[in-house]
Parts: sequence; C-alpha cells; structure tokens
Amino acid sequence: MSATQQMPAMPAPGSVSEAQTPPVPRRVSGRDVDEWFALAGSGVGSLALVWVLYENLLALSGTLGFILCWYAAFLLTYAGVLSVAHPWTVVKDRVASSLFLSGAVVVGAGLLSTVVYTFVRGMAALVHINFYTQDMAGVGPTAPLTQGGVLMAIAGTLIEIGIAIAISLPLGVATAVYMTEVRGRLSKVVRTVVEAMTALPEILAGLFVYVVLIVRLGYPRTGFAAAVAISVTMIPIIARSSEVALRVVPGGLREASLALGSSQWQTVRRVVLPTAKAGLATALILGVARGVGETAAVLITSGASTYLNLNPFQDPMNSLPLFAFNAVRSGQDLYITRGFGAAAILLVLVLTLFVIMRLLARGQVRSR
Amino acid sequence: MTLALDLSGPQATPPVPREIDPGLPTGDRVFHGAARTVGVFVLVLTGSIGLFLGLQSIPTFQHYGLNFLTRSEWQPAIDQIGISAVVLGTIEVAVVALFVSFPLALLTAVYISEYAPGRLKSMLVSAVDLMAAVPPIIYGLWAVFLFQPHIIYVARWLHTYLGWLPFLHVNTDPHAAVWEQSRYTSSVFVAGLAVSLMTIPLGCAIMRGVFAQAPIGEREAALALGATKWGMVRTVVLPFGRGGVIGGTMLSLGRALGETAAVLLIISPAFDLKFRILEAGTETISALIAGNFGDASATQLSALLSAGFILFVMTLCVNTVAAIFVNRSRSGAATEI
Repeated sequence: MSATQQMPAMPAPGSVSEAQTPPVPRRVSGRDVDEWFALAGSGVGSLALVWVLYENLLALSGTLGFILCWYAAFLLTYAGVLSVAHPWTVVKDRVASSLFLSGAVVVGAGLLSTVVYTFVRGMAALVHINFYTQDMAGVGPTAPLTQGGVLMAIAGTLIEIGIAIAISLPLGVATAVYMTEVRGRLSKVVRTVVEAMTALPEILAGLFVYVVLIVRLGYPRTGFAAAVAISVTMIPIIARSSEVALRVVPGGLREASLALGSSQWQTVRRVVLPTAKAGLATALILGVARGVGETAAVLITSGASTYLNLNPFQDPMNSLPLFAFNAVRSGQDLYITRGFGAAAILLVLVLTLFVIMRLLARGQVRSR
Repeated sequence: MTLALDLSGPQATPPVPREIDPGLPTGDRVFHGAARTVGVFVLVLTGSIGLFLGLQSIPTFQHYGLNFLTRSEWQPAIDQIGISAVVLGTIEVAVVALFVSFPLALLTAVYISEYAPGRLKSMLVSAVDLMAAVPPIIYGLWAVFLFQPHIIYVARWLHTYLGWLPFLHVNTDPHAAVWEQSRYTSSVFVAGLAVSLMTIPLGCAIMRGVFAQAPIGEREAALALGATKWGMVRTVVLPFGRGGVIGGTMLSLGRALGETAAVLLIISPAFDLKFRILEAGTETISALIAGNFGDASATQLSALLSAGFILFVMTLCVNTVAAIFVNRSRSGAATEI
C-alpha cells in the first residue's frame, strides 16, 4: 500500500507458514482508493476555500487568477492531507507526480483551446459556401459574410506550396543523398550548415529573397517570390529529415545491390530511395507543414491581392496565413471572423498533412 | 573447329594487365557530380544568407557608426536609427517565453516519458508533434483574442503585489476604480507567453527523447533500492537527461528569438530602452523588419538588414551551443523536429 511498507527479508524456501501473507510487490505507480480520496478531497476542499477567499476576502479578480490560486491551494492541501498518513518521501513523490501531470494538462489545454477557439471564432464564416468559392474583389470591409470569400488565399497557398515543393523536394533529397551516399569532402560542411539553417528565422529568409529578387533584380512582388522564400526555409528541413530517413536504410541492402553488379546510381535509385520512401514522405510533409504556415516570409515577398490570381509570376498573390494576419489586423469584426475562417482552413490543411504523416510513419514501422 | 577458333582469339592480341582500380563507371561519375553540385548549391544558398546579411550591414555601420548599436530610437524621418531597444525587446520576449516554456516543457516531457500509461503516451507524443506543426499565426490569434483579455488580470496582480521589482512595474495605478486595461496589453509578457506555445513542443520533444534513453538498468536499480518514482526520476532520469534539457531549452530560445507573426500581432511598437515587461509596447527585430520593410529607403533597408544580421548571429550562436549540448547527451534520434 504505502511505499515504505517493509518487505519480508528473503524468506527461506519452504519456511512460509500459512499465517504469513505472501510478499506483495511494492507499487511504484498508480493510486489506491485511499489516495484517490485524498486527491479528490484536496481538489474539492481547495476549490471551496478559494471560492470563499477569492473576490470576497482578498478582492482579486479574473478567471485565470482564480484557476492559478485554486491550483496553488490544491497542492498545499494535497501535501497536507498526505502528510497525515504518509512519510515525507511519499508526500514528495505524490506531489511531484501531480505536478508533472498538471504540466502535461496545461500544455494539452493550450493546444486544444487553440484548435477549438480557431474553429469556434471562424464558424460564422465557414458555414457559408461562398467563403470557399468567391474572392474578396470588390467586397467592402463591412460587407456581410454571405459575400466574398478566401478562394484567392486557398488557391495562392496551394500554388505557392506547390512551387516550393517543386523547388525544395529535389534539392533537399539530393542534398541528403550527397550527405549519406556520395559523401564527399564537403559533406560535413554541408551537414553543419544545413543543420544550422533549419533554425533560420523565417523572416530572414523572406528578407533575403525580398532584397535579392525584388530590390536588386527588380522582380515584382509575386507568388513566385513567396514560393522561393518558402523553399529557402523548407530545403534545410527536408534535407535534414531525409538524411535521417536515408541513414536508417540498412547497409546490407546497399552492399547486396552493389555485389550484384549495379552501379551506385542504380543502387540509390532502385534500392535506397524506394526503401526510404516512407521516411522521405515524412520529411516532405514536415517541410510542407512548416512552409504552409509561413506568414512573415510571405508577408514581405508576395504582397496581398484581394482577387483570384492564378499566375504566380505576375501580380501579388494572397495566401491563407497572410489573409488571416491582415484580416485580424484590420480591426473590423466581420473581417476578423473571416480571418479566423482562413486560419481554420489552414489548420485543417495542417491537420490533414499531420494525419497523413502519422499514417505513413506507422506503415513504415509495421513494414520493418 | 569452333573451339580452336575461340582459343586463338585471345592469343592474337598481347595480354593487357587487369586494372585493379577501374574507377567509377560513367553513370556513377555523373551521379556523383550531380549530387555534389546540388550539395554545394544548397551550401552556397543557405550559407550566402548569412554572408549576404553580413555584407549588407557594412554600409549601415559606415553611416551610423557604433551609434547604431547603442542608440534606442528608430526614427528614419530624422535619420536617427539605433538598434539597442529592439535587441533588448527581442531578448526580453525570448526570456519570458523561456521562463514559461522551460518548466512546462520539462514537466510534460517527464510526464510523457515516465508517468503516462501506454496509449495515452503515444497520444501525447502525437499531440506535442502536432503542436509543433500548428502555424505560428494561429497561436498569435489565440493569444490576442482569447488569452490576452484574461492574462491582463494576472499582469495587474503581479504589478500590484510585486510592482516594487523594477521589471514588473507599470506606469499606471493598479488600484484605480477603473484600471487602465490597455496599459497591460500588447506587452513583452503577453508576446512571450504566445511565443512560449511555439517553443514548448520543440523543447518537450527533445527532452522526452533524451529521457527515454535513460538506461533501464539504472532506473530499476533505483527502484530496487527503495526509491519512489519521484526519487527515481530525480536521481536517474533528470541527471541523465541534463544535456538534453539544456540543449532543448536553448533550441527553444533560438526559435523564440526569431518568431515573427505572433509577436507582430500582439505587440504595439515602442522604442524605449526599458525592462518593464508588463507594460504595453515593445519591439523585436523580426517584428521590426516585418513592419518596416515596405516603406524603407535604401539606407533604412540596409539598417533593417543589419538588424536581421544581428538576429541571425544571435540565433546561430544559440543554436550551435544547443546542438553541441544535444549531441553530447547521447541522443541520436531526439533532434528531429
């Protein structure tokens, strides 16, 4: 029952009499009824205490503060209740485990509330079909939600991410192949630089592309410029994750292929890459998930159109994160709702990619 | 007949010694060349960003001299540009984010690796990964519209009772009948909290990876000696994972330094050299760039690029140190994000 319960010291074989209970292994985790009651009692007790004190006696206000006070009171009560029946070591253990649990709960609540809140706020816009089929051209800031939509942002996001994939996937995978299969003198340098660049702030990638393409080369702000900025951040991510995927391909497969007389190129193309297929797909999705949500880089390279523009090489283009960003900054209530709607679509996109990635990863584990 | 003819064939030409190292076949030579070219191209592309930013900041230093680093105001109209307040704001936001994300990431990582039962464990791992994939802009929306209206009460409480600490002071009266809520919004504190949401999953994933590698033998030894679970965590798991904890935290710091969209949504720009984190108004390098690039003249653009270079150097240093810590902590698979 309790952690300090003495175990019988090595009973000699055959000496266990019927009166003696057989040794029970000490429980390291989990709680028994007694402790569940202590937990629930402390929770309710501290809630009642804070209920009385907060606002009435201490004149505090705010929901968040209430929850924080309740939590602090709970920990104290719980420790007190436990210390009645248990030694200090056990009290510390139980309090620590509830601390760890509450950390996880807070993080989970943060994530859950983010996702749910985005959908709740965007729901008013999301229920209208025109939100998906129209653009914002000629739609005033106070126009009702039955007019206009984010078609141009959806199309823009898909086009930009498509171009970014076309640029960054071959480059990223080829870099990974260079780092793991070819292994020249420079491969160590490449690995170091690529690793450092996975942490490059997206705004710097955007600024780089902005100055080089737009200021220096006089290229207008277009979807293509945004796609280049996105690929600059995606290449290191894809290269690094594909390298990990290629590195776990068993060396025996490579050797078997080479021993059968194939060249290294044939080995890479027919053995290594197909074996690492699932890992490469994961790398791609990891890169896309990052690229799709890129706001800062797109903000300074693509401009923001209100109309549907399918040509990435001409005129500004909009995208979902950019639209959401501009919409909530406008301060108009209806526009903010539209912004949340765009954010919700973006979230659905990311969630879909994430689920695909999970399924692929699971398939990879199973096939091994 | 045919046999004789066949035998006579090789005898006709003088014997050529077998080549020991025939070199690569043409196909492979092309393959190697192509792969090397791409590798070098990516190296040049990514490396040139740092080089480029560095080169671009030379004119700024020539124009403004060292004042660029020491002045705090950003007034392009009268040619007064200094970066110190912005750098300070960037560091403040990152430090606040770290203060929140470090304990939460650590607690969550320990919970996932040590306490969570089987199915919940894999669910939580997915949830943390998902959290890392959620676009920053969405955290920004959440912080501005859902979180900020609640957190200002906590900010006021901190000001009321801990306001004697200089960095928790706000220039307003917290006891006023109608207290000025707007003095507590758009602050470093709120921005840091929003950024912490983005850094938690990064730190948590790395810490969890390192904790999971704590040797099972030592865990069981601790338990067999009568340690409670917390005792085991404290004496085996945490010391073992110390490198990962430090490295993961520093990687989150690197991420926090460069966060743009959420910060830009939350803060209201202010170029004061101040440490009052609860008070409205601050500026970070990334928000400065995103907010001012559009109407910048050539000199100002160069100044923004120098600001970018400073950010680049900061993140690079932090991330390099973090990478050293993470790699040293015997963790191979823990660094994927």
